[in-house]
Amino acid sequence: MTAPRPYGLLAELTYRCPLHCPYCSNPLSLESGAAELSTSEWMKVLHEASELGVLHALFSGGEPLQRPDLADLVECARRLGLYSNLITSAVGFSRSRAEELKRAGLDSVQISFQADDHELGDHLAGAPVHKSKLEAAQLARSVGFPLTLNVVLHRHNMDRVEAVISMAEALGAERLELAHTQYYGWAFKNLESLLPDREQIQVAALRVGEAAHRLRGSMEIVYVTPDYFGTRPKPCMNGWGRRYLTVNPRGEVLPCPTAGEIKGMRFDSVLKNSLGWIWNESEAFNRFRGTDWMPEPCRSCDQRELDFGGCRCQAALLSGDPSHTDPACEFSPYRQSLLDLSKGGSTTVRPDFVYRRPGASAL
Amino acid sequence: MTPGCVPGLNAKTRLQVDRYSGDHVLLYPEGLLKLNPGAVAILELCDGKRSLEEICRRLAARFGVALDVMSFDVEECLEKLRQKGLIELRAPTARP
Repeated sequence: MTAPRPYGLLAELTYRCPLHCPYCSNPLSLESGAAELSTSEWMKVLHEASELGVLHALFSGGEPLQRPDLADLVECARRLGLYSNLITSAVGFSRSRAEELKRAGLDSVQISFQADDHELGDHLAGAPVHKSKLEAAQLARSVGFPLTLNVVLHRHNMDRVEAVISMAEALGAERLELAHTQYYGWAFKNLESLLPDREQIQVAALRVGEAAHRLRGSMEIVYVTPDYFGTRPKPCMNGWGRRYLTVNPRGEVLPCPTAGEIKGMRFDSVLKNSLGWIWNESEAFNRFRGTDWMPEPCRSCDQRELDFGGCRCQAALLSGDPSHTDPACEFSPYRQSLLDLSKGGSTTVRPDFVYRRPGASAL
Repeated sequence: MTPGCVPGLNAKTRLQVDRYSGDHVLLYPEGLLKLNPGAVAILELCDGKRSLEEICRRLAARFGVALDVMSFDVEECLEKLRQKGLIELRAPTARP
Protein backbone atom coordinates (compact mmCIF):
# COMPACT_ATOMS: atom_id res chain seq x y z
CA MET A 1 0.00 0.00 0.00
CA THR A 2 1.07 3.62 -0.43
CA ALA A 3 2.53 4.98 2.76
CA PRO A 4 0.84 8.05 4.19
CA ARG A 5 2.83 11.14 5.06
CA PRO A 6 4.40 11.32 8.53
CA TYR A 7 3.89 14.51 10.54
CA GLY A 8 5.95 13.95 13.66
CA LEU A 9 9.45 12.70 14.42
CA LEU A 10 10.28 11.63 17.96
CA ALA A 11 14.05 11.90 18.17
CA GLU A 12 15.25 9.93 21.19
CA LEU A 13 18.70 11.46 21.35
CA THR A 14 19.98 9.37 24.25
CA TYR A 15 18.89 6.83 26.83
CA ARG A 16 21.03 8.56 29.45
CA CYS A 17 18.80 10.07 32.13
CA PRO A 18 19.35 11.25 35.70
CA LEU A 19 15.83 10.12 36.63
CA HIS A 20 14.69 6.57 37.35
CA CYS A 21 10.91 6.73 36.87
CA PRO A 22 9.39 3.25 37.24
CA TYR A 23 7.08 3.79 34.23
CA CYS A 24 9.74 4.94 31.75
CA SER A 25 8.96 4.23 28.09
CA ASN A 26 12.60 3.41 27.29
CA PRO A 27 13.50 -0.25 26.73
CA LEU A 28 13.98 -2.60 29.66
CA SER A 29 17.31 -3.67 28.19
CA LEU A 30 19.08 -0.36 28.81
CA GLU A 31 22.84 -0.53 28.50
CA SER A 32 24.99 2.07 30.15
CA GLY A 33 27.48 3.67 27.78
CA ALA A 34 25.62 2.45 24.68
CA ALA A 35 26.51 3.96 21.29
CA GLU A 36 24.48 6.96 20.11
CA LEU A 37 24.07 8.59 16.71
CA SER A 38 26.52 11.43 16.09
CA THR A 39 25.55 15.05 15.47
CA SER A 40 25.88 14.69 11.69
CA GLU A 41 23.88 11.44 11.71
CA TRP A 42 21.05 13.16 13.60
CA MET A 43 21.16 16.07 11.16
CA LYS A 44 20.76 13.61 8.30
CA VAL A 45 17.74 12.15 10.08
CA LEU A 46 16.21 15.63 10.42
CA HIS A 47 16.80 16.39 6.72
CA GLU A 48 15.27 13.13 5.60
CA ALA A 49 12.33 13.54 7.98
CA SER A 50 11.64 16.99 6.57
CA GLU A 51 11.73 15.60 3.02
CA LEU A 52 9.17 12.97 4.02
CA GLY A 53 6.80 15.72 5.17
CA VAL A 54 7.49 15.78 8.91
CA LEU A 55 6.62 19.15 10.50
CA HIS A 56 7.21 18.42 14.19
CA ALA A 57 10.52 17.41 15.73
CA LEU A 58 10.23 16.22 19.32
CA PHE A 59 13.62 16.03 20.99
CA SER A 60 13.37 13.46 23.71
CA GLY A 61 15.33 10.67 25.38
CA GLY A 62 16.30 9.71 28.07
CA GLU A 63 17.20 13.25 28.88
CA PRO A 64 18.02 15.15 25.67
CA LEU A 65 19.90 17.87 27.61
CA GLN A 66 22.58 15.24 28.22
CA ARG A 67 23.59 15.80 24.59
CA PRO A 68 25.94 18.82 24.32
CA ASP A 69 24.97 19.19 20.62
CA LEU A 70 21.25 19.70 21.34
CA ALA A 71 21.27 23.37 20.28
CA ASP A 72 22.97 22.43 16.97
CA LEU A 73 20.23 19.90 16.27
CA VAL A 74 17.53 22.42 17.20
CA GLU A 75 19.09 24.96 14.85
CA CYS A 76 19.13 22.37 12.07
CA ALA A 77 15.45 21.60 12.69
CA ARG A 78 14.63 25.32 12.62
CA ARG A 79 16.40 25.79 9.29
CA LEU A 80 14.34 22.93 7.86
CA GLY A 81 11.10 24.57 9.02
CA LEU A 82 10.40 21.91 11.65
CA TYR A 83 8.53 22.97 14.79
CA SER A 84 10.78 21.82 17.60
CA ASN A 85 9.71 20.72 21.05
CA LEU A 86 12.08 19.77 23.85
CA ILE A 87 10.71 16.94 26.01
CA THR A 88 12.77 17.12 29.15
CA SER A 89 12.99 16.16 32.79
CA ALA A 90 14.44 19.69 33.17
CA VAL A 91 17.61 18.38 34.81
CA GLY A 92 20.35 20.43 33.17
CA PHE A 93 18.02 23.20 31.97
CA SER A 94 20.20 26.06 33.22
CA ARG A 95 19.72 29.69 32.22
CA SER A 96 22.66 29.58 29.82
CA ARG A 97 21.34 26.38 28.24
CA ALA A 98 17.82 27.79 27.98
CA GLU A 99 19.09 30.96 26.29
CA GLU A 100 21.28 28.95 23.93
CA LEU A 101 18.27 26.86 22.89
CA LYS A 102 16.13 29.97 22.45
CA ARG A 103 18.75 31.48 20.16
CA ALA A 104 18.92 28.23 18.20
CA GLY A 105 15.18 28.55 17.52
CA LEU A 106 13.61 26.03 19.88
CA ASP A 107 9.84 26.54 19.68
CA SER A 108 8.47 24.90 22.81
CA VAL A 109 9.43 23.20 26.06
CA GLN A 110 7.69 20.29 27.73
CA ILE A 111 8.74 19.40 31.27
CA SER A 112 7.81 16.17 33.00
CA PHE A 113 6.62 16.28 36.58
CA GLN A 114 6.04 13.23 38.74
CA ALA A 115 3.73 14.97 41.23
CA ASP A 116 2.89 18.39 42.65
CA ASP A 117 4.63 17.60 45.92
CA HIS A 118 8.42 17.50 46.19
CA GLU A 119 8.65 14.52 48.53
CA LEU A 120 6.40 12.36 46.36
CA GLY A 121 7.93 13.73 43.16
CA ASP A 122 11.45 12.87 44.26
CA HIS A 123 10.33 9.43 45.46
CA LEU A 124 8.75 8.63 42.09
CA ALA A 125 11.68 9.97 40.06
CA GLY A 126 14.14 8.13 42.28
CA ALA A 127 16.18 11.35 42.46
CA PRO A 128 15.94 14.74 44.21
CA VAL A 129 14.70 16.71 41.20
CA HIS A 130 11.30 18.24 41.99
CA LYS A 131 12.62 21.59 43.20
CA SER A 132 14.85 22.06 40.15
CA LYS A 133 11.89 21.22 37.90
CA LEU A 134 9.90 24.08 39.42
CA GLU A 135 12.81 26.44 38.84
CA ALA A 136 13.27 25.19 35.28
CA ALA A 137 9.59 25.71 34.48
CA GLN A 138 9.83 29.32 35.68
CA LEU A 139 13.02 29.78 33.70
CA ALA A 140 11.40 28.42 30.54
CA ARG A 141 8.60 30.97 30.87
CA SER A 142 10.98 33.84 31.62
CA VAL A 143 13.10 33.04 28.54
CA GLY A 144 9.88 33.12 26.51
CA PHE A 145 9.15 29.48 25.76
CA PRO A 146 5.58 28.22 25.62
CA LEU A 147 5.42 25.59 28.36
CA THR A 148 3.76 22.19 28.51
CA LEU A 149 3.84 20.06 31.66
CA ASN A 150 3.33 16.35 31.43
CA VAL A 151 2.45 14.11 34.33
CA VAL A 152 2.06 10.35 34.13
CA LEU A 153 -0.84 9.29 36.35
CA HIS A 154 -0.96 6.17 38.54
CA ARG A 155 -2.04 5.00 42.00
CA HIS A 156 0.41 7.23 43.86
CA ASN A 157 -0.40 10.64 42.36
CA MET A 158 -3.88 10.33 40.89
CA ASP A 159 -5.67 11.52 44.04
CA ARG A 160 -3.66 14.73 43.83
CA VAL A 161 -4.71 15.63 40.31
CA GLU A 162 -6.33 18.90 41.38
CA ALA A 163 -3.10 20.02 43.04
CA VAL A 164 -1.18 19.00 39.93
CA ILE A 165 -3.48 21.18 37.81
CA SER A 166 -3.04 24.10 40.24
CA MET A 167 0.73 23.70 40.00
CA ALA A 168 0.58 23.85 36.20
CA GLU A 169 -1.57 26.98 36.37
CA ALA A 170 0.77 28.64 38.86
CA LEU A 171 3.77 27.88 36.63
CA GLY A 172 2.07 29.51 33.64
CA ALA A 173 1.83 26.33 31.54
CA GLU A 174 -0.23 26.69 28.38
CA ARG A 175 -0.74 22.99 28.14
CA LEU A 176 -0.93 20.12 30.61
CA GLU A 177 -0.75 16.49 29.59
CA LEU A 178 -2.25 14.13 32.14
CA ALA A 179 -1.56 10.67 30.83
CA HIS A 180 -2.53 7.47 32.55
CA THR A 181 0.34 5.02 32.69
CA GLN A 182 0.65 2.77 29.65
CA TYR A 183 1.52 -0.64 31.00
CA TYR A 184 4.37 -1.98 28.92
CA GLY A 185 8.11 -2.14 29.50
CA TRP A 186 9.10 -0.64 32.86
CA ALA A 187 5.51 0.22 33.76
CA PHE A 188 4.41 -3.38 33.17
CA LYS A 189 7.21 -4.51 35.45
CA ASN A 190 5.77 -2.15 38.08
CA LEU A 191 2.10 -2.81 37.38
CA GLU A 192 1.37 -4.06 40.89
CA SER A 193 2.78 -0.85 42.34
CA LEU A 194 1.26 1.58 39.84
CA LEU A 195 -2.19 0.32 38.86
CA PRO A 196 -4.89 2.46 40.52
CA ASP A 197 -8.30 1.48 41.86
CA ARG A 198 -11.29 1.97 39.60
CA GLU A 199 -12.69 4.56 42.06
CA GLN A 200 -9.49 6.58 41.89
CA ILE A 201 -9.80 6.77 38.12
CA GLN A 202 -13.45 7.79 38.20
CA VAL A 203 -12.78 10.61 40.66
CA ALA A 204 -9.69 11.78 38.78
CA ALA A 205 -11.52 11.79 35.42
CA LEU A 206 -14.31 13.89 36.93
CA ARG A 207 -11.87 16.42 38.41
CA VAL A 208 -9.87 16.68 35.21
CA GLY A 209 -13.08 17.24 33.25
CA GLU A 210 -14.18 20.04 35.56
CA ALA A 211 -10.78 21.73 35.39
CA ALA A 212 -10.58 21.42 31.60
CA HIS A 213 -13.93 23.19 31.36
CA ARG A 214 -12.94 25.90 33.85
CA LEU A 215 -9.58 26.57 32.17
CA ARG A 216 -10.79 26.56 28.57
CA GLY A 217 -8.99 29.28 26.66
CA SER A 218 -6.19 29.69 29.23
CA MET A 219 -4.68 26.23 29.69
CA GLU A 220 -5.34 23.21 27.52
CA ILE A 221 -5.58 19.91 29.37
CA VAL A 222 -4.82 16.80 27.31
CA TYR A 223 -6.17 13.75 29.12
CA VAL A 224 -4.95 10.31 28.04
CA THR A 225 -7.46 7.76 29.31
CA PRO A 226 -6.44 4.52 31.02
CA ASP A 227 -6.30 1.35 28.94
CA TYR A 228 -7.20 -1.09 31.69
CA PHE A 229 -10.55 0.40 32.68
CA GLY A 230 -12.26 1.10 29.37
CA THR A 231 -14.07 -0.98 26.78
CA ARG A 232 -12.35 0.14 23.58
CA PRO A 233 -8.65 0.51 22.77
CA LYS A 234 -6.89 3.80 22.17
CA PRO A 235 -5.99 4.76 18.59
CA CYS A 236 -2.35 4.07 19.38
CA MET A 237 -0.01 6.51 17.55
CA ASN A 238 -3.03 7.28 15.33
CA GLY A 239 -2.19 4.09 13.51
CA TRP A 240 1.02 2.15 12.92
CA GLY A 241 3.28 3.94 10.43
CA ARG A 242 0.59 6.50 9.73
CA ARG A 243 1.52 9.80 11.41
CA TYR A 244 4.64 9.34 13.56
CA LEU A 245 8.04 7.78 13.59
CA THR A 246 10.56 7.36 16.36
CA VAL A 247 14.32 7.19 15.92
CA ASN A 248 16.06 5.73 18.95
CA PRO A 249 19.55 6.66 20.18
CA ARG A 250 21.11 3.82 18.16
CA GLY A 251 19.41 4.94 14.95
CA GLU A 252 16.72 2.28 14.75
CA VAL A 253 13.45 3.59 13.36
CA LEU A 254 10.28 2.52 15.14
CA PRO A 255 6.58 3.23 14.59
CA CYS A 256 6.31 4.00 18.32
CA PRO A 257 8.77 4.47 21.19
CA THR A 258 8.02 1.10 22.78
CA ALA A 259 7.75 -1.12 19.66
CA GLY A 260 11.27 -2.41 20.32
CA GLU A 261 9.75 -4.53 23.10
CA ILE A 262 7.76 -6.60 20.58
CA LYS A 263 9.57 -9.92 20.34
CA GLY A 264 10.49 -11.12 16.87
CA MET A 265 10.31 -7.73 15.15
CA ARG A 266 13.36 -6.23 13.49
CA PHE A 267 13.66 -2.50 12.99
CA ASP A 268 15.90 -0.98 10.33
CA SER A 269 18.52 1.62 11.12
CA VAL A 270 19.28 5.02 9.59
CA LEU A 271 22.91 3.89 9.59
CA LYS A 272 22.06 1.42 6.82
CA ASN A 273 18.96 2.77 5.07
CA SER A 274 17.38 6.12 4.34
CA LEU A 275 14.52 7.25 6.53
CA GLY A 276 12.37 7.43 3.39
CA TRP A 277 12.98 3.79 2.52
CA ILE A 278 12.34 2.69 6.10
CA TRP A 279 9.08 4.65 6.31
CA ASN A 280 7.79 3.65 2.88
CA GLU A 281 9.23 0.23 2.17
CA SER A 282 10.49 -1.53 5.29
CA GLU A 283 8.76 -4.66 6.51
CA ALA A 284 8.40 -3.32 10.05
CA PHE A 285 6.54 -0.16 9.02
CA ASN A 286 4.26 -2.00 6.60
CA ARG A 287 3.45 -4.90 8.87
CA PHE A 288 0.55 -3.20 10.70
CA ARG A 289 -0.10 -0.31 8.35
CA GLY A 290 -3.66 0.26 7.20
CA THR A 291 -6.33 -2.37 7.85
CA ASP A 292 -5.36 -5.36 5.65
CA TRP A 293 -3.34 -7.02 8.42
CA MET A 294 -6.25 -7.04 10.83
CA PRO A 295 -7.75 -10.22 12.24
CA GLU A 296 -11.33 -10.50 13.45
CA PRO A 297 -12.95 -8.88 15.35
CA CYS A 298 -11.10 -5.79 13.99
CA ARG A 299 -11.42 -6.68 10.31
CA SER A 300 -15.20 -6.29 10.18
CA CYS A 301 -15.45 -3.68 12.95
CA ASP A 302 -16.78 -0.24 12.07
CA GLN A 303 -14.22 1.31 14.46
CA ARG A 304 -11.20 -0.08 12.59
CA GLU A 305 -10.32 3.25 10.96
CA LEU A 306 -10.81 5.05 14.28
CA ASP A 307 -8.82 2.96 16.74
CA PHE A 308 -6.66 1.00 14.25
CA GLY A 309 -7.01 -2.13 16.37
CA GLY A 310 -5.41 -0.44 19.37
CA CYS A 311 -1.84 -0.92 20.49
CA ARG A 312 0.48 -3.54 18.92
CA CYS A 313 2.82 -3.51 21.93
CA GLN A 314 -0.04 -4.26 24.29
CA ALA A 315 -1.40 -7.01 22.02
CA ALA A 316 2.05 -8.63 21.92
CA LEU A 317 2.57 -8.31 25.64
CA LEU A 318 -0.80 -9.65 26.78
CA SER A 319 -1.83 -12.05 24.01
CA GLY A 320 1.63 -13.14 22.87
CA ASP A 321 1.10 -11.94 19.28
CA PRO A 322 1.31 -8.33 18.04
CA SER A 323 -1.18 -9.04 15.24
CA HIS A 324 -4.04 -9.75 17.63
CA THR A 325 -6.72 -7.22 18.56
CA ASP A 326 -5.59 -5.14 21.54
CA PRO A 327 -6.96 -6.85 24.69
CA ALA A 328 -8.05 -3.37 25.84
CA CYS A 329 -10.98 -3.92 23.45
CA GLU A 330 -14.04 -5.58 24.96
CA PHE A 331 -14.35 -7.74 21.82
CA SER A 332 -10.80 -9.07 21.96
CA PRO A 333 -10.63 -12.87 22.40
CA TYR A 334 -7.73 -12.15 24.78
CA ARG A 335 -9.67 -9.67 26.89
CA GLN A 336 -9.39 -11.94 29.93
CA SER A 337 -5.60 -11.50 30.03
CA LEU A 338 -6.11 -7.81 30.72
CA LEU A 339 -8.97 -8.34 33.17
CA ASP A 340 -6.86 -10.83 35.13
CA LEU A 341 -4.15 -8.22 35.53
CA SER A 342 -6.44 -5.36 36.45
CA LYS A 343 -8.86 -7.41 38.61
CA GLY A 344 -11.15 -4.45 38.42
CA GLY A 345 -8.38 -2.39 39.94
CA SER A 346 -8.27 -4.09 43.32
CA THR A 347 -4.99 -5.88 43.01
CA THR A 348 -2.55 -6.35 45.86
CA VAL A 349 -0.41 -3.26 45.95
CA ARG A 350 3.31 -3.75 46.00
CA PRO A 351 4.80 -0.87 47.97
CA ASP A 352 8.14 -0.55 46.18
CA PHE A 353 9.26 -0.02 42.57
CA VAL A 354 11.78 -1.48 40.19
CA TYR A 355 13.36 1.84 39.24
CA ARG A 356 14.56 2.42 35.69
CA ARG A 357 18.29 1.78 35.76
CA PRO A 358 20.59 -0.02 33.34
CA GLY A 359 20.58 -3.67 34.40
CA ALA A 360 17.64 -3.28 36.78
CA SER A 361 15.13 -5.04 34.54
CA ALA A 362 16.56 -8.41 35.56
CA LEU A 363 15.47 -7.76 39.15
CA MET B 1 -13.66 41.91 19.79
CA THR B 2 -13.30 45.67 19.51
CA PRO B 3 -12.25 47.39 16.25
CA GLY B 4 -9.21 48.84 18.01
CA CYS B 5 -7.79 45.55 19.30
CA VAL B 6 -4.58 44.25 17.79
CA PRO B 7 -4.62 40.56 16.78
CA GLY B 8 -1.37 38.64 16.55
CA LEU B 9 -0.06 35.10 16.67
CA ASN B 10 0.65 33.65 20.10
CA ALA B 11 4.25 33.03 21.12
CA LYS B 12 3.77 29.31 20.55
CA THR B 13 2.23 29.64 17.08
CA ARG B 14 4.14 29.74 13.83
CA LEU B 15 2.69 30.49 10.38
CA GLN B 16 4.54 28.77 7.60
CA VAL B 17 4.24 27.24 4.17
CA ASP B 18 4.24 23.45 4.28
CA ARG B 19 6.86 22.54 1.68
CA TYR B 20 5.29 19.14 1.22
CA SER B 21 1.79 20.30 0.23
CA GLY B 22 2.26 24.00 -0.51
CA ASP B 23 -0.48 24.80 2.03
CA HIS B 24 -0.13 27.47 4.68
CA VAL B 25 -0.25 25.93 8.14
CA LEU B 26 -0.17 27.09 11.73
CA LEU B 27 2.21 25.03 13.82
CA TYR B 28 1.98 24.81 17.61
CA PRO B 29 3.03 22.25 20.23
CA GLU B 30 2.08 18.81 18.91
CA GLY B 31 -0.44 20.15 16.46
CA LEU B 32 -1.05 21.91 13.19
CA LEU B 33 -3.90 23.64 11.45
CA LYS B 34 -4.21 23.81 7.69
CA LEU B 35 -5.39 27.26 6.68
CA ASN B 36 -7.75 28.17 3.88
CA PRO B 37 -6.77 31.10 1.60
CA GLY B 38 -9.09 33.48 3.47
CA ALA B 39 -7.46 32.75 6.80
CA VAL B 40 -4.01 33.16 5.24
CA ALA B 41 -4.95 36.59 3.88
CA ILE B 42 -6.13 37.63 7.34
CA LEU B 43 -3.18 36.23 9.28
CA GLU B 44 -0.61 37.75 6.95
CA LEU B 45 -1.92 41.13 8.07
CA CYS B 46 -1.89 40.23 11.78
CA ASP B 47 1.58 41.54 12.50
CA GLY B 48 0.90 42.53 16.10
CA LYS B 49 0.76 46.21 15.09
CA ARG B 50 -2.30 46.64 12.89
CA SER B 51 -5.69 46.99 14.54
CA LEU B 52 -8.61 44.74 13.68
CA GLU B 53 -10.28 47.69 11.97
CA GLU B 54 -7.26 48.39 9.81
CA ILE B 55 -6.99 44.73 8.82
CA CYS B 56 -10.66 44.63 7.83
CA ARG B 57 -10.37 47.84 5.78
CA ARG B 58 -7.37 46.54 3.86
CA LEU B 59 -9.05 43.22 3.10
CA ALA B 60 -12.33 44.89 2.12
CA ALA B 61 -10.45 47.08 -0.34
CA ARG B 62 -8.35 44.20 -1.66
CA PHE B 63 -11.28 41.88 -2.30
CA GLY B 64 -13.84 44.58 -3.20
CA VAL B 65 -16.22 43.60 -0.40
CA ALA B 66 -18.30 45.87 1.86
CA LEU B 67 -16.51 46.61 5.15
CA ASP B 68 -19.26 45.23 7.39
CA VAL B 69 -19.36 41.95 5.44
CA MET B 70 -15.58 41.62 5.60
CA SER B 71 -15.50 42.50 9.30
CA PHE B 72 -18.00 39.75 10.05
CA ASP B 73 -15.86 37.14 8.27
CA VAL B 74 -12.60 38.33 9.80
CA GLU B 75 -13.99 38.35 13.32
CA GLU B 76 -15.46 34.89 12.88
CA CYS B 77 -12.11 33.52 11.69
CA LEU B 78 -10.10 35.23 14.44
CA GLU B 79 -12.53 34.12 17.12
CA LYS B 80 -12.10 30.49 16.07
CA LEU B 81 -8.31 30.85 16.23
CA ARG B 82 -8.53 32.63 19.58
CA GLN B 83 -10.62 29.82 21.04
CA LYS B 84 -7.95 27.38 19.92
CA GLY B 85 -5.39 29.52 21.76
CA LEU B 86 -3.42 30.25 18.58
CA ILE B 87 -3.79 34.03 18.47
CA GLU B 88 -4.21 36.73 21.04
CA LEU B 89 -5.97 40.07 20.92
CA ARG B 90 -3.90 42.79 22.49
CA ALA B 91 -5.48 45.93 23.82
CA PRO B 92 -4.95 48.95 21.57
CA THR B 93 -1.91 50.97 22.60
CA ALA B 94 -2.55 54.66 23.13
CA ARG B 95 -1.28 56.68 20.20
CA PRO B 96 0.58 59.88 20.90
